[in-house]
Amino acid sequence: MAFVQNFPFMSILLSLFSGPLCSVLDGKWARRVNTAVIAVIGIMSAFVLKHVSAGQPYVYRMGHFSAPWGNEIRVGTLEAFMACFFCAVMLLCMLGGIRERAAQIEEGKQNLYYVMVNLLLCSLLALIYTNDLFTAYVFVEINTISACGLIMIRQTGRTFEAATRYMIMSLLGSGLLLLGICHLYAVTGHLLMSNIKEQVQVITATGQYHISLMVALGLMSVGLAIKSALYPFHAWLPDAYGYSTLSSSAILSSLVSKGYIFLLIKIFYRVVGIQAVRESKVVNVLFVFGIAGMIMGSLSAIKEENLKRMIAYSSVAQIGYIYMGLGLATDAGAIASLYHVLSHAATKSLLFVAAAGLAQASGGSDRYGDITGAGFRNRLAGVAFTVGSLSMVGMPVFSGFISKLLFARAAVGHAHKMLPTVIALAVSTILNAVYFMKTVIRIYTIRPVEPGREGENSGSGGTGRQSTGGIGAVSAIEVAEAEILSKETGRTVRLLEEPAKAAALVCFILLNLILGLNSDPIVRLIQGGIEMFE
Amino acid sequence: MHWEYLLNNYEEAVAMILFGIGFSNLLLQKNLIKKIIGLNIMDTAVYLFLALKGYISGRKAPVVVDGVTRAEAYINPIPSGLVLTGIVVSVSVTALMLSLTIRLYRRYHTLDLDEITTRLKREGK
Repeated sequence: MAFVQNFPFMSILLSLFSGPLCSVLDGKWARRVNTAVIAVIGIMSAFVLKHVSAGQPYVYRMGHFSAPWGNEIRVGTLEAFMACFFCAVMLLCMLGGIRERAAQIEEGKQNLYYVMVNLLLCSLLALIYTNDLFTAYVFVEINTISACGLIMIRQTGRTFEAATRYMIMSLLGSGLLLLGICHLYAVTGHLLMSNIKEQVQVITATGQYHISLMVALGLMSVGLAIKSALYPFHAWLPDAYGYSTLSSSAILSSLVSKGYIFLLIKIFYRVVGIQAVRESKVVNVLFVFGIAGMIMGSLSAIKEENLKRMIAYSSVAQIGYIYMGLGLATDAGAIASLYHVLSHAATKSLLFVAAAGLAQASGGSDRYGDITGAGFRNRLAGVAFTVGSLSMVGMPVFSGFISKLLFARAAVGHAHKMLPTVIALAVSTILNAVYFMKTVIRIYTIRPVEPGREGENSGSGGTGRQSTGGIGAVSAIEVAEAEILSKETGRTVRLLEEPAKAAALVCFILLNLILGLNSDPIVRLIQGGIEMFE
Repeated sequence: MHWEYLLNNYEEAVAMILFGIGFSNLLLQKNLIKKIIGLNIMDTAVYLFLALKGYISGRKAPVVVDGVTRAEAYINPIPSGLVLTGIVVSVSVTALMLSLTIRLYRRYHTLDLDEITTRLKREGK
């Protein structure tokens, strides 16, 4: 057994134990430990990826108890790649939100944030690697609890309410998931994915327990769909993403929901078997709600007045895309969904970080009216937001184009679902373009200022107001209004004012371009990984 | 319909009904404490279901006494282990929900989640 094969287990343990370690460190050191842990795990996952892509997938027995009794980790190329990618995105999200965390998290509680992030990483890795359904359930709950912590670390009424709603929906979802797992255990007598699959094949061959199996599949699918905010269950999402601190929103939207989706794909391929899934009606339900989510999420985003909440609603639409791909229940559909998981993770976190940059240049407000012209005041964030928007709309060169192409290609061969998929893709693309392009145009519109006052920074805006106020009667309201306006006008953010955020934005743009321009090897890798699932 | 299945497996049916009660309470109740009670009913129903699945009538708990080591003498211990794990998860989740409820109550002096939401919207924050 090569030493590299220990790495997945070691990375889970490393992130698990660095959590408690961070709770006794002060904020600064906790941040360093956290960054180091994420980077080390990312590098370890890259080594694992190199190891598995050269050879076969392998099973790692925990404590050397063999198959039906022990707990197992299973590593294939897709798992290793996902772990590596999640680490990269998480590192960039943490890097991009340093200033917001310092401002929004109570003094002395900074280190607790890193405890949560480490536990979240641990649970994501375990969801990716585990070969045991009940272990998956336990880590789903750990994921939920740490995600709730990420939301409520910024202590306002809004985040408490959002966290409560998030917990309620998540608990409903995990209740259904647990019941599904219990049904499956009752029918097959196993908890390890590979053993369950063998038994399921025996059961389907003899035609026994068909209803129980479908009930189990339905419960697990719906449970995980609720947890990853598929359309009718998305009510908690805009508040949770919109009001939590920047790193939290970016991590929640790009990673947490994706962990559940990856688990669902694993359940489809490694537990129930894609053949049984294809014959069941459960995928049709996912397909319909996916399409509804694509349309309704975008419509809500168009109506939204707050930039962060708009991006959050866009997440609902993008989760809809992923479930639509899963609903096709073909290998091509699953590949497209997995590619969209990557593309959405890279793009949505980019958009959140860029939106924070734009808000920073607009007096800290991310309301629609205030960000006018913000693209000129914070040039890098403006460019990054434009890149993210173009990618979400599906422009070639960027990653969103490839995932839409893959979805369309997956739909074309499909007997019944081709037309609805293609129509939904077209409509949703137009809707995406409406709200993203609207925002891009707005951030590149020069704010109308009084004649003779071309200056955009707060100093000149303020004096301009005061001088006009001096002519007429200076009422208190006018002064207050002038103050608000001068605050709203915002200030110019220099390129290297915050090097960490600039670096994160540049890396996100590069990641997007890599996914968009170099998609063939990644698609091949996903395809190989799905074949390894069998 | 095979009603005799339902009668023969009435314990499982009870577990599912309890699950439904807990689920709808967690989803529909306005009061946060009632929601948490619903959560606990839901989880407990799953544990009842699991414990039933592990029980084999006429056999004993898997604790070796009097040197009997035949597997046939004991019930299936795995579901009991799962129930224990599940209880740990459920306790921690309940604790988190209760602490959130305390925070919300201290801030808004109500347990009604919808009222908190409308108040937040009115404040416009």
